[in-house]
Amino acid sequence: MSMLSLKYVVPGDDFTRAGEASSDVKHKLKQLGYDSKAIRRVAIAMYEGEINMVIHAGGGEAFVEISPEEVEIQLVDHGPGIPDVEKAMQAGYSTAPDNVRSLGFGAGMGLPNIKKYTDELKIDTEVGKGTTLTMKVFAGH
Amino acid sequence: MDRFFHSVTLESEKCVGCTNCIKRCPTEAIRVRNGKAHIISERCIDCGECIRVCPHHAKKAQYDHLNIIEGFRYKIALPAPSLYGQFNNLDDIDIVLTGLKKMGFDDVFEVSRAAELVSDATRKCMAEGNLLRPVISSACPAVVRLIRVRFPDLCDHVLPLNAPMETAALLAKEEVSKREGIPMKEIGAFFITPCPAKVTDIRVPIGTADSAVDGAIAISEIFPKLTSAMEKLEKVEPLSKSGVIGVGWASSGGESAALLDEKYLAADGIDNVIRVLEELEDERIRELDFIELNACSGGCVGGVLCVENAYVAKARLQKLRKYLPVAQNHLENGIPGLMEWNEDLEFAPVLKLSDNLSEAMRMMSEIDAMCREFPGLDCGACGAPSCRAFAEDVVRGVAQKSSCIFVLKEQIQNMADTLSAIGGFMPAGSKPDEENRNDG
Repeated sequence: MSMLSLKYVVPGDDFTRAGEASSDVKHKLKQLGYDSKAIRRVAIAMYEGEINMVIHAGGGEAFVEISPEEVEIQLVDHGPGIPDVEKAMQAGYSTAPDNVRSLGFGAGMGLPNIKKYTDELKIDTEVGKGTTLTMKVFAGH
Repeated sequence: MDRFFHSVTLESEKCVGCTNCIKRCPTEAIRVRNGKAHIISERCIDCGECIRVCPHHAKKAQYDHLNIIEGFRYKIALPAPSLYGQFNNLDDIDIVLTGLKKMGFDDVFEVSRAAELVSDATRKCMAEGNLLRPVISSACPAVVRLIRVRFPDLCDHVLPLNAPMETAALLAKEEVSKREGIPMKEIGAFFITPCPAKVTDIRVPIGTADSAVDGAIAISEIFPKLTSAMEKLEKVEPLSKSGVIGVGWASSGGESAALLDEKYLAADGIDNVIRVLEELEDERIRELDFIELNACSGGCVGGVLCVENAYVAKARLQKLRKYLPVAQNHLENGIPGLMEWNEDLEFAPVLKLSDNLSEAMRMMSEIDAMCREFPGLDCGACGAPSCRAFAEDVVRGVAQKSSCIFVLKEQIQNMADTLSAIGGFMPAGSKPDEENRNDG
């Protein structure tokens, strides 16, 4: 067995539950004795992605594949899509509504942080259809 | 020293094998096997939650008894500031300190004095800016042990300074040795402790190879003798040299308030502590400089070896502190070497499934699959705190699947179905029941 697959549903309307999936992945990686620097990066990047799905897309699904070499996380939503990916990647650029910002989220650091903490990031998005983020964190980096 | 020494132990004959402690343990370190609780030594952090929750008083803290002081020529008491909160209508700390001397100690050195120096040293460390932010307090030994077994990436954030107890012992012995001309090894320093984690911290310290503290006596043990000694005092000696800052360390928030920097957080109670550590690990808590964490609700006044309710003790301390100077102990020069850790805090991966990652992954798949077979009630009847923990135990090979009463019930049902199927089967040579009856 060289691959472990996990699947989570991220509910769209509940901020208090956002982060449950990334937290579970973190616990599992710790229990596996995974490279601790990689665990930290996975936890941070996946949490940012989960929050994004809650804020912008009404939730979605998370698929995580763990192998000894890397952790691949795929976050799939059927939200509004990202009209301008380049802008969304800029630190501080945010389209989050005020009520979300008042909770301390939506500072425009989601995608930039995901980029910062992962080794690979692919964004497939279509306006009106949804977004799929595929990120990889390599162990031992 | 025994690496696995723990102050928290089980009194087997009192244990009825209920599920209270297994449910409450923050590191899932307790299992019920053959009707008795067992503590998994390498996981235990001596927080004392099981002592607090056990309705049968089957968990207890081991600590030293008062007669331990007889082994030393010169005996120093190191009272924790939480001790001062245990007495009704106390208006002068000196009464407690003189009472301790009356009980047989030659001298007292308040741990709150050392706490003021630790506060001073922490401010200096923070100002130098070499520490990873936010800095996590190292004062609560249960919290430091929790970080060591569960939070690998936070180990480097822990303040590398000895807790006030250790610094108090070192300073007190040095002072007495100089003043009385007595060799260090003939001087004994004894902590009057509110908690079992401190007892463990003396036997198996973190950050230093050997503790300078020679014993820890529980507040609850010393309390009756001390109160009667305090009642019989003819003269009260002026012994206390602590201020508001030092005594404030007894409750949650006291250590951080002493940093004179508002960018801090103080959390207490083991569940809250874990929540903060999880969020720190995920960098969800930003813009803070200092994190104070106490395993007990209320802080050290909530320790299981205290006699008074934590909140009553806190209220009494507030009254006592009112008339004290801000601080009476300051570092003249830099931070003396004796206050610093000389060993790093190293992560101990005791919850890991296997040393081999592929093997661990195989085990995890098996655990995930097994979890789906269990009812998910987390009833604890199997002796593990949750269905998931039980599945882990089965896959690790330390528990039997049929210890789950639901699995067992299913097995019995299957067996019953098989028996009934066999019962309904007729050998070819026999006549059916009905024909037999008609014949009659």
